[in-house]
Order: sequence, then C-alpha cells, then structure tokens
Amino acid sequence: MVENRPFTQFMAYLTLALGIVIVVFPVYLAIMASTFDAATIINGNMPLTPGDQAGENYSRALFYGGVHAREPVGGMMLNSMIMALGIAIGKILISILSAYAVVYFKFPFRKTAFWIIFITLMLPVEVRIYPTYKIVADLGLLDTYTGLIMPLIASATGTLLFRQFFMTIPDELLEASKIDGAGAFRFFKDTLLPLSMTTIAALFVIQFIYGWNQYLWPLLITTKSSMQTIVIGIKKMITTTDALTEWQIAMTTAVLAMLPPVLVVIFMQRLFVKGLVETEK
Amino acid sequence: MAGVTLDTVRKIYTGNVEAVKGVSLGIEDGSFCVLVGPSGCGKSTLLRMIAGLETISDGEVKIGDRVVNQVEPADRDIAMVFQNYALYPHMSVYDNMAYGLKNRGTPKDEIEKRVKEAARILAIESFLTRKPRQLSGGQRQRVAMGRAIVRKPQVFLFDEPLSNLDAKLRVQMRVEIKRLQRALGVTSIYVTHDQVEAMTLSDKLVVMSGGQIEQVGTPSDVYRRPETRFVATFIGSPPMNILPGKVEGPGRVSVGGQVIGVADMRDGLTPGSAIEVGLRPEDVQAGGAGSSSLSMDVDFVEELGATQLFHGKVSGAEFVVQASTGQIPADTRKLTLAVDPANVHLFDPQTTKRLGKV
Amino acid sequence: MEKRAHFSGWTLPLLLIVPQMAITVIFFYWPASQAIWQSFLREDAFGLSSEFVGFENYVSLFEQPEYYRAMVTTAIFSSLVAFFSLACALLLATQADKNLRGGHAFKTLLIWPYAVAPAIAGVLWIFMFHPTLGTLSRPIKAVGLDWNPMLNGNHAMTLLVLSATWKQISYNFLFFLAGLQAIPKSVIEAAAIDGAGPLRRFWTVIFPLLSPTTFFLLVVNIVYVFFDTFGIIDAVTGGGPAGTTTTLVYKVYADGRLGGDLGGSAAQSVILMIIVIALTAIQFRYVERKVQY
Repeated sequence: MVENRPFTQFMAYLTLALGIVIVVFPVYLAIMASTFDAATIINGNMPLTPGDQAGENYSRALFYGGVHAREPVGGMMLNSMIMALGIAIGKILISILSAYAVVYFKFPFRKTAFWIIFITLMLPVEVRIYPTYKIVADLGLLDTYTGLIMPLIASATGTLLFRQFFMTIPDELLEASKIDGAGAFRFFKDTLLPLSMTTIAALFVIQFIYGWNQYLWPLLITTKSSMQTIVIGIKKMITTTDALTEWQIAMTTAVLAMLPPVLVVIFMQRLFVKGLVETEK
Repeated sequence: MAGVTLDTVRKIYTGNVEAVKGVSLGIEDGSFCVLVGPSGCGKSTLLRMIAGLETISDGEVKIGDRVVNQVEPADRDIAMVFQNYALYPHMSVYDNMAYGLKNRGTPKDEIEKRVKEAARILAIESFLTRKPRQLSGGQRQRVAMGRAIVRKPQVFLFDEPLSNLDAKLRVQMRVEIKRLQRALGVTSIYVTHDQVEAMTLSDKLVVMSGGQIEQVGTPSDVYRRPETRFVATFIGSPPMNILPGKVEGPGRVSVGGQVIGVADMRDGLTPGSAIEVGLRPEDVQAGGAGSSSLSMDVDFVEELGATQLFHGKVSGAEFVVQASTGQIPADTRKLTLAVDPANVHLFDPQTTKRLGKV
Repeated sequence: MEKRAHFSGWTLPLLLIVPQMAITVIFFYWPASQAIWQSFLREDAFGLSSEFVGFENYVSLFEQPEYYRAMVTTAIFSSLVAFFSLACALLLATQADKNLRGGHAFKTLLIWPYAVAPAIAGVLWIFMFHPTLGTLSRPIKAVGLDWNPMLNGNHAMTLLVLSATWKQISYNFLFFLAGLQAIPKSVIEAAAIDGAGPLRRFWTVIFPLLSPTTFFLLVVNIVYVFFDTFGIIDAVTGGGPAGTTTTLVYKVYADGRLGGDLGGSAAQSVILMIIVIALTAIQFRYVERKVQY
C-alpha cells in the first residue's frame, strides 16, 4: 500500500478483529453450551466460560442421542461421512472420465453430450425435488445410501473443472505420449491422472463439504432414523416443543456436525480455495 | 536407418484451407534436412504429417520402403523433439527418457543401459532423478533430445527445438545438434523459421512458402542461386536488395539508366522489358568505378562491429551495402558501387522466378 | 476451444461418458421433464387419473396471495442478504489486503464458516437469539424490545438475514480478496501520485476495477439465497410465523409435503427453473463480456 500510517494499520486490525469476533461468536457459544447441563442453559443465564459437563454431553450425544429422538449421533456422523465421501468420490470418478472423453476424443454427438451435461449446472436439486424423489422411490432407493448419493452426483461442476484443467495441458504432451507408444489407457494412467492430482484434491475438498452439508435431499428420502445424517438429526432435536429441547445435546451435536468440514477447510485451505475459485469460474 | 520420401503430400483442413499444397521431396538416408520458411508456410504441418500427428489428406509418405500414411505415430519408428519439449512434468528425467521404451516392453536392463548412454552423450547424468521443472531451459532441451536418442529411431523430427532458448544457448545447442546427428548418422528433419539455423545445420535445405516448396538444395546452392525472389530475400541477412530494372540486351540490364553486366541471364529476353535485379549487400564493392557500376546516395550507417551497413537509395529504390569496418569512410554521402556480373540475380517481375540460363 | 490432438475410436469415449450420462438422464432430465409435464396436468382428488389442463396450474398459482407473498419475501430476503454479506465482506477484504502481519491467520479465521452447513448455522443463531434462553436476547430485551422471532415475523426475518449473511461472508470475502490482489499495485500508486486519498482511491479506482467480481458475486449470492438457505429457514423458522418467512423454494417443499396438488407444485418448480436459468444466462453473458476485455 502507498500509505502505511500507524492509524490505518490500527483500524485495519480493529475491523478484522471485530469481523472475526462476529464470525466466531456463534460457534463459541455453541461450544460453551456443549459444556453445561440442561438446567444452566434453560434458565437463560449461561456463563461465557466453559462448564464441566463436556465429557458427559459428548459421550451421551455420540453413543446415546437425545431423549426424544433417541439415535446416537455417532451413527449419524457415519451416515454423513458415507454420504459425503460417496458424493465426492462418485462425482470425481464420473466427471474425470466424461471430461477425458469430451476433451481427448472425437466421437459423434460429442458436442451434444457436453451440452447435456453442461445444462445440469443450471438446476440445483431443489427445483426438481419431488419428481426426483418419486424416481428414487420408484427405484426402491429410499433409505439407502445409493439413494442419498446418486442424485447429487448428477452435476456438471466436476466435468467442467476437469475439462478446464485438461485444456491447459499442452497438446504436445499427448503427441509425445503417442510417439512414445502410449494408448488412450496409458496416457490417462501415466500422464493425465498424475497431473490432475491437485485438481482432484481440490474438487474432493469442495464436494466433501457440499455432501456433508446436504439438507433438503436427505430430509426427504430418509425416513428411518438409523439412516439420518447429522445435519438432519440436529434439526430434529430442536423442533420438539421448546421446553423439551435438550439444548446441551443439540449444541454438542452442532459442534460435532461442524467439526469435519471445518477441519477440512482449515487444514486443506490451499486446496479449498483453489477448488472454490475454480468450480465457480 | 531409412530415408523419407514424400509424394504430392497435401493437407486440407476443414473449411477447405489448404495448408500443404502437394509437396514432393526425397530425403536421403542419414542426411540432415531442414524445412525453413515464415510462420504459416506449412513446414510444421508437413513435419507433423511425417510424425503421424496429422492425417494426410492426399499423397503418400514413405519411411524407408514402407508407406506410413495409416501407421500410428508409435509404430513409425520416429522420435520427435518439440518446441516446448513436451516433457512429462510429473516424471523424473530418467523416467521421461525411459517411458517410450517401457511402453514398448524393452527389458529393464536394456532401458537402463540406453538411458545412461544417452545421458552420458548429452552430459545430463547428474540430473537423472530431477523433475523437469527443476531444470534450466538448456537442460530441458537436452532431456528432450535424450528422449529421442534412447529410442534409436529411423528418423529424428525436430519442431523448432531451439526457439525457446536465449540467443547464446541457441548457438551452442545448434552446434551440439549438428555434432550429435553426425555421430549417430540418423536421418533428421528439422523445422525452423530461422534462416541462420537452417543454413548452418542442413545438408539439404528446403525453403517453403504458402504451403509449397520454393527451392530445394544444399545451403550454398540456395544462397548462391536462389530460384525465386522469395528465396532470394528470405535466405541471407541482411536480405538481398531488389531493384527495378530494364533489359538492355544479352548480358546487360540497366537500373535507372545505369547499365550493369549479368553473367547468369536467360537468352532471348526482349530489350526494354521490365525485370527485377537482385544484389546481395555483401556482393557489391564500394569505390572503383568500372564498366559495371551503380551510384548510391547514403542516408545513414549502422555499425555492427566487424562490418558496417550503409543504408541509402539507388535510383530511388532502397539499397543496403555491407562493408568491412573502415573500408569506407563513415561520413560518405555518395558511393559508387562496382558490380561483378557473376553476382547479379534476375527475376521475372510477374512470376518472381529466376531468369537465369536454362 | 478445441484440442489439436485426439485419440481415435468411438467405443472407448462412449463407455467413458456413459456413467455420467446415465446419472444425468435418470436423476436430472427425467425428473425435470416430469415436472414440466405435470405442471400442465391436473389430478383428480384420488390421484387415479389426470387430465391435460394447459396453463391452468400456472394461472391458479398466480391467483394465490400466498404465492405473491412468497415472491416478495424471497425478494426482500435475497436483497438484504446479498447487500449485507457483500458489504461486510468487502470491508473485511480491503482491510485484509493491507499487508498486515498475520494476514494469513486472519484469512483462515474468516473463511471457515463456509464449511458450516446452512441448517447448523441456523441452529447456532437461533440458540444465540432464542427468546427465553438466548445469550444475546437478554440485552435486546433489556433495551425494551419484545424480541421474539418465534411469534414476530419481522424478528424472524431479521434472524434469517443475520444467519444467512453470517454464513455467506466468508465466500464473498475470499473472492473479494482475490479480486483486490489482482488489481495492479501500480494503478493504485498512480492514483496516489495523482493526489487521491485512500477513500477517494477506493471509490474512484479500486471499486470500479472490482466491479466484475462484485457483479459475479451478486448473482452467486442471489442463487445462494434462493436455494442454499433452505436449511436455514427450515431450522430457524420452518417458514413461519404464519408464513412470513416462506420463500419460493420453501413453498415448493412445504406445498409438496402437504401433498395433494401435484400440478401446482410442479408449476412452482418450473417457475423456479426459469428464474435460475435466467440468472445463469445473465452470469454467462457477463463472463463472455469479461473475456472480451
């Protein structure tokens, strides 16, 4: 910057600190709530320093669940994990293959195929929710992992991202491979896949978060509580009449639900930013 | 090893763009052939058709006695060095060189022997475990060459391999490529737009323009007896001066009324008809008026160190003279140029073809 | 853009593209076309037969006052969230762009809310502003305001806007920061030499240069508010109190959940599709223009 007066510096720090406080406070409050018993929270005078019920709350939430919606949060987390991994891996798999076909081959209806995939970008699952529900129901996939995962894999983001990346790989690399005697399979395995690793990782991070945070779709197609994801589970804990809500368990669950995706963002920040910026281009 | 034969090879892209317009060329076994021309002249397309990277629209490409039009690049027994080297960025130098051999199922110890051998020749033994991005431009260039050498192919193809290097390195690598080719004796086809590279490297020089061959010959043939005005001005630096002139009679032409003699002149040209007179800047002698001379008005002088370039006009047309430094005083305003009839090139203004003895 | 070099053959590429095609057709085109088809049908009361009724479902949809209310709610909700999240993010991004010590840590601390599920974000905020036990409700009540998002529609909407904004700031911040860092420092220095102070520089040089990012984010934010906030609404208000926070997307869900009017619900879906396609088209036109620069 041109000027760097102490005052502007100070204001910058102040603004950022304020922003961070606002961003962090709701989560801080949830973490605090997960360390108290129900009574302390209900009376509306919860202290802002940690209580001593953390062990009790977390073990009860993980292995037992709420009093009313009795379902261990541990199981829900497992469901969420399977769904998030399924969506992330599934999307990467089908989209890298289709992008490879679209970019590196010439076949009839190639452009049509690309557009058929491309248009799916425009319509999130929310706008076609009931017809999709009906199809999944007709296929007998309600309350299954397949039903949770499959419809959310159908999107163009991954294909476009890989296509974009493949276009930046110089043509000469394929030509050199051809002269070196590599066919379509070898070129993919020996050259394209190793070069795509960062893109794959970035897409994985973004899709894992997307999958973990899904709400409407699992809400519709899971009826058995044993199939619930954690994001659905927590909502069910607080919709019962006010007085019956076990806030300490609900907030414990909220903390548990935030943990995996937030850790992913913090520890894989570079990949996360790359994935975020590039899937939106 | 084998020669390469092209028979009326054409490349027509969709939309009827003809990039290569019926090229026929024979390249002898073990020779170094350079295709040179301005960008877009079809030289790279021609090379890529020989490599099998472009389909051949019409005509025939033979490597040795085998027609390879329908043969995959991998099966043509060729190796190619690309302009941007096209090294596999994720593989080590060793793996880059070994990849083509691995794909062909060459035994491991044989691969190792060949890679080590190539690395020794190219002096890149100490980089074998590095990745391409850890290498300098010149080192990458060597790895690209190494990848070609280990294969022991019938033909080397070079697609402007030196144009990504800086000037000094380019000269050095040029010499190395020439030495390597001599030592290995492999037929080589080399594409460049740089006429100095073309002159210094080639046994056989092919000048191309607009998808066609303008002239084929040894470098000195092409320099001494350019067949078209294009070749005359493309080969040689600074380029040949072209002056508008008139036929005076057998062995005589005039430029703005000044008559000069011509040794190589077609018989039976009509006196008075227009003609283009070509003179290389280094082929005219300043001073010493004679029976065959031109007068020149000097505008300014460019210093090149060993030589000087005198820019000016002869009968109103731009003209450049190259002379050893000190031969002509730098403040000279008017020059009389002696012209040796053996150094005069004549071209037809319509067809631009050489009007020499048949 | 096209590759110069290709592999030949048809079978392999077709095999490679089949999985994506199958999933796309089964879970995307088939349901979408079902929605369009159903929007022109009316089922009888028992769902046994249906007849083609043309645009009747659309007409009756636009005769519902609730539908207009949902539209207005969506418009208000979208513009408030887009405005506040963009403004806050821009403020934070300009400060973070000042080469401060610990800048990277600030960035990390500001971007992680992106990873919080919308529904969870809603739960966090309702806990904070719960009428009886919320930590921040007490100060509000102390000022004399009868704060109750469970009963008061305006309060509910405020809470939704706050939580939706909270979650979106991180995304906008990231893109604004990238946009700011892409502005050549020399341009800003030139403006300083021309005598423009920091504030003036911001409005006359930086902000105009940032406008492509801002426009892009505006569209993304609107799409975000339309769809991704479903979880927040369902967790915080459930569309209430008395339908005051029912957006267009929430209405599709709620109407469908009650069952019955399949045609009407399908017509709503189709209208949503048209809105999204229009938004995407605007965005693409903008992207094309950016390329031409």
